[in-house]
Amino acid sequence: MRFSFGNLLRQARAGHTGWGPQWRDAEPKAAYDVVIIGAGGHGLATAYYLAAEHGICNIAVLEKSWLGGGNTGRNTTIIRSNYLCEESEALYEHAMKLWETLSDTLNYNVMYSPRGVLMLAHNEHDIRSLKRHIHANRLAGIDNEWLTAAQAQAFCPILNIDADLRYPVLGAALQHRGGVARHDAVAWGYARAASELGVDIIQNCEVTAIRRGTDGAVEAVETSRGRIAAKKIGVVAAGHTSVVMAMAGLRMPLESFPLQALVSEPVKPVMPCVVMSNAIHAYMSQSDKGELVIGAGTDAYVSYAQAGGLHIATHTLEAICELFPVTRRLKMLRNWGGIVDVTPDRSPIIGLTPVPGLFVNCGWGTGGFKATPGSGHVFAATLAHGVPHPIAAPFTLDRFRTGRLIDEAAAAAVSH
Amino acid sequence: MLLIPCPYCEEPRPEIEFRYGGEAHIARSADPTGLSDAALADYLYFRSNPKGWHYERWQHQSGCGRFFNAVRHTVTDRIIGTYKAGEPKPDLALYRVRAGS
Amino acid sequence: MSRPTQRFRTAAGGRIARARTISFQFDGRRYTGHPGDTLASALLANGVHFVGRSFKYHRPRGIMTAGSEEPNALVTILQGRDRQTPNVRATDIELCEGLAAISQNRWPSLAFDAGALSGVLAPLFPAGFYYKTFMGPRFIGSNWLWPKLFEPLIRRAAGLGRAPASRDPDHYVNRYAHCDVLVVGAGPAGLAAALVAAEAGATVIVSDERTEFGGNLLSAFDAGHDGDLSAGVNAHRWREQSLAALAANARVTLLPHTTVFGAYLQNFYGLAERLASHHGSPPPGLPRERLWQVRAQEVVLATGAIERPLVFSGNDRPGVMLAGAVRSYLNRYGVMAGSRAVVVTDCDTSYAAACDLKRSGVDVPLIADLRSDVGGAAIDAAKQAGITVEAGVNVLGTTGRHRITSVLMELGPAGARERRAVPCDLVLMSGGWTPSVHLYSQARGKPSWSEGAQAFLPSDPVPHVHSAGGCAGTTDLEQALRSGAEAGAAAARALGLTVSAEIMTVADPDPVLGSRAGAPVMAPPSADAFIDFQNDVTTRDIQLATQEGFRSIEHIKRYTTTGMATDQGKTSNHNTIALAAGMLGRDVAVVGHTSYRAPFTPVTFGTLATTARGSLFEPLRRTPIDAWARAERATFEDVGQWQRARTFPLRSENQQQSIQRECLTVRCAAGVFDASTLGKIEVVGPDAATFLDRMYLSPLAKLAVGRCRYALQLNEAGFVIDDGIVARLAPDRFHVTTTTGGAQRVLTLMEDYLQTEFTDLTCWLTSITEHWGVIAVQGPRARDILEPLIAGLDISAATFPHMSVGTGEIAGVPMRLFRVSFTGELGFEINVPSNYARDIWELVEQSAERHGGTVYGTDAMHLLRAEKGYILVGHDTDGTVTPEDLGFGTGAKKVDFVGKRALARPDMLKSDRLHLVGLLAEDPQHVLEEGAQLTQAASPANGARADGHVTSAYMSPALGRSIALGLVAGGRARHGERLFVPMPSGPIAVRISTPLFLDAKGARLHG
Repeated sequence: MRFSFGNLLRQARAGHTGWGPQWRDAEPKAAYDVVIIGAGGHGLATAYYLAAEHGICNIAVLEKSWLGGGNTGRNTTIIRSNYLCEESEALYEHAMKLWETLSDTLNYNVMYSPRGVLMLAHNEHDIRSLKRHIHANRLAGIDNEWLTAAQAQAFCPILNIDADLRYPVLGAALQHRGGVARHDAVAWGYARAASELGVDIIQNCEVTAIRRGTDGAVEAVETSRGRIAAKKIGVVAAGHTSVVMAMAGLRMPLESFPLQALVSEPVKPVMPCVVMSNAIHAYMSQSDKGELVIGAGTDAYVSYAQAGGLHIATHTLEAICELFPVTRRLKMLRNWGGIVDVTPDRSPIIGLTPVPGLFVNCGWGTGGFKATPGSGHVFAATLAHGVPHPIAAPFTLDRFRTGRLIDEAAAAAVSH
Repeated sequence: MLLIPCPYCEEPRPEIEFRYGGEAHIARSADPTGLSDAALADYLYFRSNPKGWHYERWQHQSGCGRFFNAVRHTVTDRIIGTYKAGEPKPDLALYRVRAGS
Repeated sequence: MSRPTQRFRTAAGGRIARARTISFQFDGRRYTGHPGDTLASALLANGVHFVGRSFKYHRPRGIMTAGSEEPNALVTILQGRDRQTPNVRATDIELCEGLAAISQNRWPSLAFDAGALSGVLAPLFPAGFYYKTFMGPRFIGSNWLWPKLFEPLIRRAAGLGRAPASRDPDHYVNRYAHCDVLVVGAGPAGLAAALVAAEAGATVIVSDERTEFGGNLLSAFDAGHDGDLSAGVNAHRWREQSLAALAANARVTLLPHTTVFGAYLQNFYGLAERLASHHGSPPPGLPRERLWQVRAQEVVLATGAIERPLVFSGNDRPGVMLAGAVRSYLNRYGVMAGSRAVVVTDCDTSYAAACDLKRSGVDVPLIADLRSDVGGAAIDAAKQAGITVEAGVNVLGTTGRHRITSVLMELGPAGARERRAVPCDLVLMSGGWTPSVHLYSQARGKPSWSEGAQAFLPSDPVPHVHSAGGCAGTTDLEQALRSGAEAGAAAARALGLTVSAEIMTVADPDPVLGSRAGAPVMAPPSADAFIDFQNDVTTRDIQLATQEGFRSIEHIKRYTTTGMATDQGKTSNHNTIALAAGMLGRDVAVVGHTSYRAPFTPVTFGTLATTARGSLFEPLRRTPIDAWARAERATFEDVGQWQRARTFPLRSENQQQSIQRECLTVRCAAGVFDASTLGKIEVVGPDAATFLDRMYLSPLAKLAVGRCRYALQLNEAGFVIDDGIVARLAPDRFHVTTTTGGAQRVLTLMEDYLQTEFTDLTCWLTSITEHWGVIAVQGPRARDILEPLIAGLDISAATFPHMSVGTGEIAGVPMRLFRVSFTGELGFEINVPSNYARDIWELVEQSAERHGGTVYGTDAMHLLRAEKGYILVGHDTDGTVTPEDLGFGTGAKKVDFVGKRALARPDMLKSDRLHLVGLLAEDPQHVLEEGAQLTQAASPANGARADGHVTSAYMSPALGRSIALGLVAGGRARHGERLFVPMPSGPIAVRISTPLFLDAKGARLHG
């Protein structure tokens, strides 16, 4: 049944008995044209666009646990496209354009809320870096503007711009179209839309091996629910990508780290936008429910435990309390971790692999949520045609051999 | 916060005294100019990133300053042993017997 | 005469100090209570149940529990504007004089709340309704209705209390601690464990979230006599004796009002201690809360169990409480929570509460047991007390607006079932007990389902973690004590201690008998049978979620928001799981539980941020010249952790004028600059030269003693990461400088290579950044300024040419003198021990002044070096720049060095890489903006590729025009070409030039 106010009204009268399952809990078939490993936002989006735009509907999305339960359901939902490198700008702006109509596309309110993302500058180096972003973004047609500290405070009144702060706010870059969305809804919306197009979403189905034929090309996956033949396999397993790729005998330029986030107890609206400070590691927005949603850093070491050290959370709250002093008496309600797969240049890998028929979409690090629609869209095209979508083309695995890195981190993080 | 036994200080110390140094036993070639681009990429960027026992480098930065290796399980985060830089990769089975796991 | 208050206070008993009366306010009304009360118990003593509104439907809600699991009674504490604290549980707040609290999530008042309209519309708002609507509209471009209309409405309706409007005047502190045994929870099991472990010789920390230790013992009926001591002691006396023994033991630390909120790796625990919140007017200087970070050898978790609500229609009305809570209010606080109480239950423990109420004079017309077959000691005791017990009861609903007035039920034998409305003002409900396995689970234990206990219990052992008492599934006092003592003994033995203590036998005069396990939850979908009381999740919502295909418990949780409120599902998670299992036709064990995440109860941000505030947020590094510069009213900038003097404006000058004057003076006479922040590393040893030769692009192996060389450092990927001067003081001794921000990074990198890769080399690295203060003297008069001050070193042009290093004395102080220049002028850098730097600085500055010189700051330094095209790493480079990009040849050095191989990768050899160039705006007065893009077209189309960008830009006083440096694709081959900087105000034409604007031949440098 279509989601609409009218149907909600009708169902209210009928006691909501008419709503069917949002997606089919499918049993695995013996063979598929495409098997996608990982039913997170990126994997589900890939399946949806394969079915919706490339007419490939004989797809299975395999999930070892519950769909949307990895980083999709654990991130702080920040959306923005004001990246520096031209390749990244194209990718994230492509995603941004899809966000703007995503609720309508999926007939699922993903609650994309362009409330504005402020990135703070705390020293001269930050100012130069943010202004470089702004100029680059303007050239690319991506909105991003410079605000003085006073203007930044006008946009986010609880922001502390005192000059005697240890790291005072000297200004900010603002992307108006940046904002947040409801993470679960993104996974569920894609799952529902893909399922409607015939995609099989198979949960509690862990891939244990990738089988290759005599020609070296992929043939099938072995799973906890049996063997599933596949003409093409797309690995979209985020923090577990290295583990899955190892099944095909491939080493990846990835390391998996625990990334923590936390929320406060819900309070009445106090934070109208998203604020990010790279320099002192603090990211905060407020959810529709009223919780302050705060991103913390990664732990230092490779780990697959979805939990991290207390010192990471406390370090983040130190910064939050300085930047937003009115939050000091609020309380941390929940602190959790996800596992992020990080590449050496902090940019994703989207495309072909040395194994014929095996494709990979990974390495989104700490910022993959914002790219979900774009990532799925270009990866679907790449899978469908067997050649990289033009936007995905620079994000090859091969760039680590040639040295043509897309290094967002290096561009932002080096101080003198 | 991990508790890491520094093999030089011979004492477990809290993680914040240490700096993580990535996967261990990835040796720099004695003659890097002889490496192919692919081999260089492998050295620079490709990592085993296992879900399980991991040989990794740490530096006791706020302590003795020395680099050493640790064997840690990446799911339980349990460290079953540390050893000095340059020492050969220890036999995991031996460690596990000693650690009783 | 004031009106009578505390109408529901018992005549005697309880742990309150009746002799003193405390006055407090709730929603503006005055009430009284006694020390020992919580806000909740004092309100109940005054007959107030209705204290809040629920999150979604704004339904009236009352106090339901007596502990930190409370979902309903959240209030805002007012303590002046600055100390207002939202979302505080009334059941946790200790009453103090003058306490003022207000209810939340209601407007205009608690009794008349406009938000209650949403309750009327509830049929429209089932779980997840917002995913199905508020989209579009398509005709004006989609995604308008949500962000512009509905989201703001929903946001206003959501949230609970308000954040404070101003800054927190309180402060917080931090303490690290180590102990042999950490005991979490000071109920009977925890106390027993602590006694045994302490007696065995362990250092023990015992913490409990409540003020008084004792846990459930405090809620037990106290007969007031010691009973028969031969059979053991009364539970209350046992508690007192145990506490006295622990308090007298120097190895034991008792931490009341301290919540162990998180378990981390290797027995590392986070504790939040509340120090001030129970003081009406805290003594000045008292921290509000303290964060403890405890590393324990062994841990005993004695966190008890939480009673479950029963799931029936109308189970949320004020006056419906957990049975154990009612008992606690009665026995511990001397409060009768009502005058006519009905018990609805499916476990035995609530019978004791009924008996206690009856004994206190509360009318208890009925215990309605949902189980069809009941019997045993607890039931017999209730019947003996004269209470009617009905089995096989089906609760149909309740009535009452702001307080319950009756329970509607179906009862009687099969075939003769009757419906009856039982009038009451209090309902005690109990659906069994849920062990608090939160910390066990956080410690990476895996709770597993026990059919007998109808609960998830600790199962597989976690090393050095011992669960005891209610959280391990014990069901009576004797078991709890035994399990506590065993856990304490196990912990002590694990420490290698000998256990000798025996736990006193306790004759429990207050037996809470029978099963604590509730029956499996089965409730029909209903729009007002609540599971999660705070988030208004009903059985119908759970049903809808399963109907819509949400079958994982995590999906059900997220779709319905059950368990996601401020209580994190302490009272709701079990019921959710059990109901979902029923609806999905699966075993509870298969459905499983959601993750238990830290914190156990919410923790104040300030407590976690502790003392990192203001100047303590991060250390501030100051140079030895800092105080002098501040006295001279210099302006400053942050560079890494340092603050560096940026300009030294004269009274009449603005920033820009100051820079221009400082630069001109350097070029015409001389300038003195504080370069103390430069990173400095001393490299000593027989292989020092070889080592440095491998670490830097520049050839250093054959550097002569007494000479310096500019050196670029690459990472193994071939990108420039740092630069500095390498000076050879002796055959085996080098003085190496790094960038200000790179000092630690470079030292770490060099240590790494030295210790792990270049192990064939012998040398030692020492950070000497803080050891030497550095004073740069730059300009044509530099030598004249220094010569009179220096002894032991001839600094004439002939004997001490550019890039020399030597030692000598300046004003009697030993120095290392470098003839180096970052300005293109004749220049020296004096290194003196830091504690002399200020004195020497003043001498040099005075000498400079005599020669027409000035002091200058980092802004002038930046400008002066740009005129010469000297790069600033991190300013003109960004981690993606190779030495070739900067114009440094890399082919000459044949031997291997870090990064050499990577420079031969295909992409590094491309001709269209970004090269460092000079940029001259065609309008010489126009200063470009750093970071601006460069394009071939004056007005590039959207999405046009940039040819590069501006990295540095200044107005050069020496040249009388603007200059800039930039990175341009293939730029070295494009000198003279015209590019544009497309600015919002219009394009600016620029010409590419060589990045060297002044004194190309270096005559000034070598002067």
